[in-house]
Amino acid sequence: MHSVVCIKQVPDSAQIRVHPVTNTIMRQGVPAIINPYDLFALEEALRLKDKFGGTVTVITMGPPMAEVSLRKCLSFGADEAILVSDRAFAGADTLATSCALASAIGKIRKNMQVDLIFTGKQTIDGDTAQVGPGIAKRLDYQLLTYVSAIRSIDHEKREIVVERRAEGGVQVLKTTLPCLITMLEGTNEMRYGDMDDMFRAARHPLKQWDRIAAGIEDPNVVGLKGSPTVVGKVFAPKPRTERAQIVETVDNDPKNLVATLLAKVFTQHPKLEQEIARLSK
Amino acid sequence: MSEPVKKPARKKVEVDPRYANYKHVWVFIEAERGVVHPVSWELLGEGRKLADALGVELSGVVMGSPTARTREICNEAFHYGADLCYLAQDDVLRDYRNEPYARALTELVNTYQPEIMLLGATTLGRDLAGSVATTLATGLVADCTELVIETESRNLASTRPTFGGSLLCTIMTQRHRPQMATVRPRVMALPDPDKTRTGRIVEHKLTIIEDSIITKVLEFIPDADQNKPQLAFADIIVSGGRGFKKQENFQLVWDLANVLGAEVGASRPIVQAGWVELDRQVGQSGKTVRPKLYIAAGISGAIQHRVGMDGSDVIIAINNDPNAPIFEFAHYGIVGNAMQILPAMTDAFRAQIAQARRAG
Repeated sequence: MHSVVCIKQVPDSAQIRVHPVTNTIMRQGVPAIINPYDLFALEEALRLKDKFGGTVTVITMGPPMAEVSLRKCLSFGADEAILVSDRAFAGADTLATSCALASAIGKIRKNMQVDLIFTGKQTIDGDTAQVGPGIAKRLDYQLLTYVSAIRSIDHEKREIVVERRAEGGVQVLKTTLPCLITMLEGTNEMRYGDMDDMFRAARHPLKQWDRIAAGIEDPNVVGLKGSPTVVGKVFAPKPRTERAQIVETVDNDPKNLVATLLAKVFTQHPKLEQEIARLSK
Repeated sequence: MSEPVKKPARKKVEVDPRYANYKHVWVFIEAERGVVHPVSWELLGEGRKLADALGVELSGVVMGSPTARTREICNEAFHYGADLCYLAQDDVLRDYRNEPYARALTELVNTYQPEIMLLGATTLGRDLAGSVATTLATGLVADCTELVIETESRNLASTRPTFGGSLLCTIMTQRHRPQMATVRPRVMALPDPDKTRTGRIVEHKLTIIEDSIITKVLEFIPDADQNKPQLAFADIIVSGGRGFKKQENFQLVWDLANVLGAEVGASRPIVQAGWVELDRQVGQSGKTVRPKLYIAAGISGAIQHRVGMDGSDVIIAINNDPNAPIFEFAHYGIVGNAMQILPAMTDAFRAQIAQARRAG
């Protein structure tokens, strides 16, 4: 059983701040973390390894500093880690990203069969959920998105049964390996790495592949050049043309403030008053 | 992932000549077990504006098993603004599965060549859009909050939140067609259906055989818990944020919601602290809502929250910081401590409702 887990190093979005005057992103000091959704993917792959044996390979496309996240994955128990990194990859949109990752996984496959590819359901910085489906399509793997549980794997028939979160319910799907699974959040809990893995993670030789090593001959299919989408302006949202009408009273007593506010709201939105009477029944 | 660090394109980029004949706006109509997801009607409303701006037709794409119901969905699409519908009926399309749906939609695009294709950013829509865009090697923009046609180039300019919802960016697909975008439910307004509108149906025969589809649906388990919070479709929402300081104080939000028959919402920190369940989070990483009345108490109004509730008809904000961003987009505001204002508001609404009942 060989699983490849795709991860992404992302800025901890909870700690991103926008400069109040210039409206630009203040990147300084924002820590980089493993995309939290990817940890559910990694844990699921590690559980399959616990159960059936085999290998877990983690892969990421990113700048050299993404090595830190890969080593973290090794400390949790991943066996191998590959950093796909090249200046040619810069500015990639989701189509170009799936091209680079699919090509690199294709290269892994030349040495060892890849039964399962795992990704998180989306990243917290891009939020697109598009790279997983893209990789599956390019490698002609069956695609299982938003998987909440792996029910069973039949190695002889090479069949897998999963539960997939759909609108309004759960789909139980059966498909054959190889396939790509995007794992839903909250489905498992990342383990603590043991001491051996932590020591191994620090020393383990990381594979670093540039564009050529990842098997991509044409530089025009990756990075900015391989991206059909073009990002124009980045901007802070405009305030409404008018700020909120702030209600004030002489005494600023909560009761009077509320009475004044509601009188104002209902004068300007008479329908809302009827609506509230209707809904509260 | 699209890293919005690129410089805006300086010179004008023309559409690749291969796509010269790509025309018209499409909306994928998401239907499962005969029920259409409302996001599809919302997208027809938005697609109508785009088609009118371009002077082209608006089409719905309807897929499903060969039943009267599937055909009827086309008529509903006309009511919501479609001029015509592409209809693909086949037993392989009975339940949603990635492979037959992606193959069918790709085939339709290659045959009838739309310039724009919109899908709902649902589990189904995201699954489908990502696959189809990869096969077509075209641009796909996720979770758009605004779609407009750039007059000069006739390109679709899609605006979406970026950097975890702290800024917005505008993205265009200049050389490739169709220009694809997904939009989350409730981000766009639901148009009023016009029952007198009709349109043409273009039926497309598929050649996909079941034996060629590897993935099989063994069963569908509907969600047992129908009492889950339904924020997306609530008419009134009372939301609380960090201003409540302690979990026990958050009860004040529930008290007001109970009097109003409203749903309770919350900002991200409240959900992360575990005070309310995940389904109640309003914002970029939670639900998008458009109630008739949204009361935001003790919420500062970070963009991450704002993009989830900006479409509300009336927004009342309570915050003790007069400079809080929430006052820049709320309609009404009280500067004060939410823990004192909210109980007063609960009393006021209770009295008002009692009076309305006596009156009528």
